Amino acid sequence: MTATGAEKRDYSLTGPNSGPGFTPSEWYSTKLPRKRLKELMKRSDRPSLINYGLWLGAVLFSGALLVLTWGTIWAIPAAVVYGVFYGSGADSRWHECGHGTVFKTQWLNNFFYQLASFMSLRNPYLWRWSHTRHHTDTVIVGRDPEIAFPRPPSIGAWILNLFYIPALSKELVKMVRLSFGMLTDEQRDYLIEADRNKAFWASRIQLAILLSIVGLSVYLQNFLPVMLVGLPTFYGSWLHHIMATTQHAGLAEDVPDHRMNSRTVYLNPFFRFIYSNMNYHVEHHMYPMVPFYALPALHEEIKNDCPPAYPSLLAAYKEMIPAIVKQQSDPNFYIRRPLPTSAEPTPDYQRPVLQAAE
Amino acid sequence: MPHWIKACDADDVENEDLIRFDHEDRTFAIYRSPEDEFYCTDGHCTHEEVHLSDGLVMDHVIECPMHNGQFDYRTGEPKRSPACIKLKTYPVKVENETVFIDIGDQA
Repeated sequence: MTATGAEKRDYSLTGPNSGPGFTPSEWYSTKLPRKRLKELMKRSDRPSLINYGLWLGAVLFSGALLVLTWGTIWAIPAAVVYGVFYGSGADSRWHECGHGTVFKTQWLNNFFYQLASFMSLRNPYLWRWSHTRHHTDTVIVGRDPEIAFPRPPSIGAWILNLFYIPALSKELVKMVRLSFGMLTDEQRDYLIEADRNKAFWASRIQLAILLSIVGLSVYLQNFLPVMLVGLPTFYGSWLHHIMATTQHAGLAEDVPDHRMNSRTVYLNPFFRFIYSNMNYHVEHHMYPMVPFYALPALHEEIKNDCPPAYPSLLAAYKEMIPAIVKQQSDPNFYIRRPLPTSAEPTPDYQRPVLQAAE
Repeated sequence: MPHWIKACDADDVENEDLIRFDHEDRTFAIYRSPEDEFYCTDGHCTHEEVHLSDGLVMDHVIECPMHNGQFDYRTGEPKRSPACIKLKTYPVKVENETVFIDIGDQA
């Protein structure tokens, strides 16, 4: 670990750090034989239909349990289970389908992308372009719109986001603004002109569905409809939030090497199911076109060229929490991941905007 | 004015795959379709300067390895966002198991 200085950085996409990041050829990736890479990238509907079928089945079954137990004490555990499948399960699936790698059949990708985006209360077009930028400029300050833990990270916001409160309020504001055709300067920076109308209409449709559900609850004088659609994103995203925090928190910024700015954490099969294997996050960023079901195999291929994977969520948090606490007083502190002696070193490139500032 | 240059041997490209071919300061992608036809496009995705040679060929589509932008490599037409701009294509001929591409007038 290292610690120097104490100045805050400007993370806005229109501020002094918004200059170019690194070129694609400057980013490090572990070399893989073309034949093996093709095998790993190959698309198949079968594993995804099984995964998504189980997931949808779990959502419907636990939702039915919630309906059947409504008004009894058993509705509480039913809501917890339903919320996790709905909120946490949809958040990882929105992400995967956004990459277009889940199904060989594209309309299935598109269908589940729209469905999971709605369940996560995300605008499908805005987030597609935001996430495109995140992959181009992963944890590049002033370029990446998805840096979840700008230094110093807000511990209060992290706790509130267990119930999706700051994140969801932002998404709801976005939804309303987009419904009226309004974009912020930052959104204009990454959402292309051709997709803006689509983004506006997607928000209008999402908002209309949500308002209908709220209207139904009011009409029936019953909380159940909003417990089934809308609110699960609040009360069920906590598990995804806990897992997704490990992706980049406390790690290096402005480095063209995903081994240094991303984490791979071993998780149990249930968590991996909810999280769509995104615990293999170094692998996902290094080769984003490898589908979620092939990420464990990709991990086996490249692990000797990567920092050791964390053995558990607990192990990752044991390292992250002290680092996040330290960043409160020293925003330049970050966790430096150790590479095996056999690994290729991190490229020695520096961003032009940082060179100019020196 | 056609300007044919040798790009590779036919055997260098597997069926339903592509390879990279660099010529002077330009870079190209040479494809072999499932029907054993050869095609050539610019090497870089039109969305960002990512080389397509690390991408996946599925039937007649090349998928950019970075963001899943897709093109029909026979026509260069973008098929999936974030690819929005057409990919430049080049005529190809195969003679004696050698692949030639026509890169047109040399500026």
